[in-house]
Parts: sequence; C-alpha cells; structure tokens
Amino acid sequence: MPLDAHLFRREYGRLVASLTRIFGVHNLWLAEDAAQEAFCRALEVWSLRGVPENPQAWLMATARNRALDVMRRQRTAASHAPELERSLQDAQSLEPALDVLFLPGALKDDLLRMMFACCDPRLPERTQVALVLQILCGFSVGETAAAFMSNHAAMEKRLARAKAVLATSRHLFDIASSAQMVRRLPAVQRALYLLFNEGYHGASAESSIRGDLCQEAMRLAALLLQDPRCATPATHALGALLCLHAARLPARVDTGGDLIALSEQDRALWDQDLVVDGLRLLELAATGPELSGYHVEAAIAAVHAGAARFDATDWVTIVALYDRLMDLASSPIVALNRAVAIAFRSGPASGLAEIREIAEVDRLSAYPFYFAALGEMESRSGNKEMARVHFGQALGLARNGMERRFYAARLAACDAGEAGVRGLEAMWDRALAGYEKMAGDRAGI
Amino acid sequence: MSEFVFLFRGRERLGSAEQQQKTLEKWRAWMIELGQSGVLANPGMPLQDAAKRVVGAGRDVHDGPFAEIKDLVNGFIVVTAEDIDAACEIARGCPIFEQSGGVEVRPVASMTP
Repeated sequence: MPLDAHLFRREYGRLVASLTRIFGVHNLWLAEDAAQEAFCRALEVWSLRGVPENPQAWLMATARNRALDVMRRQRTAASHAPELERSLQDAQSLEPALDVLFLPGALKDDLLRMMFACCDPRLPERTQVALVLQILCGFSVGETAAAFMSNHAAMEKRLARAKAVLATSRHLFDIASSAQMVRRLPAVQRALYLLFNEGYHGASAESSIRGDLCQEAMRLAALLLQDPRCATPATHALGALLCLHAARLPARVDTGGDLIALSEQDRALWDQDLVVDGLRLLELAATGPELSGYHVEAAIAAVHAGAARFDATDWVTIVALYDRLMDLASSPIVALNRAVAIAFRSGPASGLAEIREIAEVDRLSAYPFYFAALGEMESRSGNKEMARVHFGQALGLARNGMERRFYAARLAACDAGEAGVRGLEAMWDRALAGYEKMAGDRAGI
Repeated sequence: MSEFVFLFRGRERLGSAEQQQKTLEKWRAWMIELGQSGVLANPGMPLQDAAKRVVGAGRDVHDGPFAEIKDLVNGFIVVTAEDIDAACEIARGCPIFEQSGGVEVRPVASMTP
C-alpha cells in the first residue's frame, strides 16, 4: 500500500501537537522524542512487514506508548520533583482515557493550538516561522536551517531557546479563548506569509525543497480557513495571495534551475487550478469593513494572473493597488515594487523618478532587487553604462547561485564589449567576495 | 535452487522524517520487487533492539545488545537463488547500503548431503 508523499513529515506535526496537549507544553521534548521514535519504528517494521492499513493510527499508538514508557522509566529514577510527579500522575490517571484523547476530531484542534503556540510574541518572527516549520511541518533541524540559509548549529540553538521559552508557559495556547485567538491571529498569518516567502524566493540548487515551503504554508493556511474563528476576511486574502503566487511557480524556474523573469515566463505553465482557487478565496475575502495588506497584495497577484501575456498586464490597476498598499503598509520594499509598476505603466523615466523618491532608501542598500530594478530601468532608458553599474551592484548582493546567474545574464545583456567583459570579470570577483562575507554574516545568526 | 537467509545489520536510524519516508519507500519497492520476481521464500521479520543472551552451562541470562551497533541484526528475510553468488547479486539491491548497513548472506543448510 503506497504512502502519501510527505506522510511522515505531516504526521510528525500531528503527533507532536497531540502529545503536547496531553502531556503538557513543558513536555514538548517528550512529544518530539516519542514522535521521532515512532518513525524509527515504522521504518524498521514497515520495511519488512509492509505498511499497515491505518498508518496514522499505528504511528500515534507507537508514539503514545513510547511517551508513556519514558515517563514510567523516569518515575522509577525520579527524585521528588513535584513538577515531574504532577505530569506523571496526570499521565497515569489519563491512561485509561487515552484513547478518547486521540480521537480524529481532536487532532485538527491540536494542530491549530500548536500553530498558535509557535507564534508566541516573546519570540522573534523568524524564530516563530522556524518553529512552525520544524514542529508542525516535520522538517529536521538541518532542513529548517537550509530553509533559512542558516547553519545547523545556529538553527539548533535558536530552536532550543525558543522551545525553552514555550516550556515556561503553564499551558499550551488556549484555543478556547476567542479573545486570545483574535489577538494572536495576525502573528500566525504573518508567520505563514513569511514561510511562503522563504519558499518563493527559493532560488537555489535545492529549489525543489523550497517549493515545499510554499506547499506547507498553503496547507497551514487551509487549516486556518477550516476554523470559523480564524477564517476571517484577512485569512481568506492571505490564502488567495498564496495560491495566486504559487500558481506561477512552475514557470518561474527553467530546466537548468535558473530564474525566469515574469516578463519571460511561459504562462501556459501557470497552474490554473491554483489561480481559480486564489480568485475564489479573494472573492470570499471581499466581505466586511476590514481591508488588509493581504487583500491588496492578493489583488495585485490577481491582476497578473489575469494577463494572458506580459504586455497585456493592467499596470494602471496595479499602480493604483500599490498606492493603496502604501497607505496600509508603507515600506521601502512596497515603494520599490510600486516604482517598478510605474515604470511599466508610464515608462522607465517615470520609474526612475519614483525610485529616487523612496523614503528610507538606505534600508534597501543590501537588497539586490533594488539595484536590479535600477539596472532594468536604466537599461530600458538606453543608459547601458549605468545599467551595468547597477546590475554589478545587484550581482554583488546576490544571495545564491541562481540569483548570481540571473544578474550576470542581465549584466551580459548590457552590450558588453571587450572592455565590458573584463569589467564583468572584475565585477564577478568582487561579487564572490561580497557573497563570502554575507555567508559569514549568516552563519552568525 | 537453494535458500539463503539475508541478515540485515547495522541500519542507521538517523535522518529527517522526509528522509526516513524515502528510505522506507525504497525498502518497500525492493521487497515488492523480490516478491514479484518470485525469489522471496519468506518475508521474514524485523527484530527489536532489545536482546538477551543465554550463555554458559548455568544458562545465565544477560541483557543485550552486546554487538557493536553496526553488527546488530535488525531483521532477516529468506530468498531462493541458484547459488550463493546469485543470492549476493540479489542482496546488492538492498537499500540498507544507503543506511551504512550491510547484508550477511547465509545458505540454509540442506538435509541432503
């Protein structure tokens, strides 16, 4: 009997979420240990005996037994730690009722509870996302580190510290409290947005892994949408946004693993099912008085999805939407995207004028897309020299091989003569030096 | 045709959930292939780690496992093959090699001399 792809990963989240509810958030370590043990057992037994009828039930029973075993062993060795006694007593008194606690209806709530718990305001945003990825999505420490382009040791420390923070809470997040849910929902939405973003900006030799991040974000957003308390217009808008961006993923990377610009993507490869899902969610989001940044971003994505060809894109509407987004959530990055849209609507000179007006532009000094945008606009204005300079700057800030190749190609397209080629090599050396430094910075996370 | 026991040894249990599932899928594919090609005499059994040894004249019982992890038998199957070389050929396809483990191939002693 074949397994669902990623079954183990998904089940990890479920197992940990349920066991944490039963044994308490201070026993998160136990839940994780029990879940990991269940997978080791599954690998050992199923490889020779075959996959059981109900793999989820098998895994849950195995994990549960393991958790109880560990607690019993600890009891015999235990000193008189009242915390431990309490949790052991709880577990023992729960034993007869354990089956009831593992009912399927409870599982969905457990996942939601765990997701809200991970988005603890005491943790930095990126750490919340890392926790969601590691606990709910079943990514290993190494896989989580790769997702954030961090190193294993740094990520391990970050996760351990985060879990220690969670363990200090008396209880796991209480999803029965609507007030608490409403208060924390924005953080959960943001975590999913950031998770999707990590996957979308993918662009590395491991882009297949990073496409997974988008999938996971969408899966968890769907979970939010299943709960009436969480299925707010903003959540629908977030869901729409994720679907509409994900629809373009198949066209974003070529067979050689290189990035393809929006203007050059084969739109026949866009996933029309996702476009339909996204538009449906956007419609459902159009209720109530609240307009969120997600609404506007989803609307922008919808305009792109509706264009049969790049030159058929409704830039006028997109610029208007970016104006709205600047009202709701202004930032140099939003301003940059708006300037690019204006360049496409009214020509590169207008775009350049807008870019020069960006407030807090120094915050973009390490953002390669800023220089790439400048390069693009100078190039289209016929200023090849300036374009070359800017693409060189973008290249210097490129964060991985895929981005480097993209910017290098843009650079090469700037009519490189012989002198230009030498300039290109010189740029390349500087670019590599820049990358080494950045890799060092990242390792320090 | 004779029978041969494959003793699986030294499987590493490491890896992420995703990697473990991929490994499992490889084992299932290999086992199914063996079954379909008719060489699987007995699908055998996985073995738990806990082991006890009964030794000596007094039949003392000691807790195990004793062997180094890499020597620990994780499980076995029985296959049918022309001879031990053919059996070893079959063993080469086992996914355990990707888990830093190995296969010990032992002919089942036959009654006919």
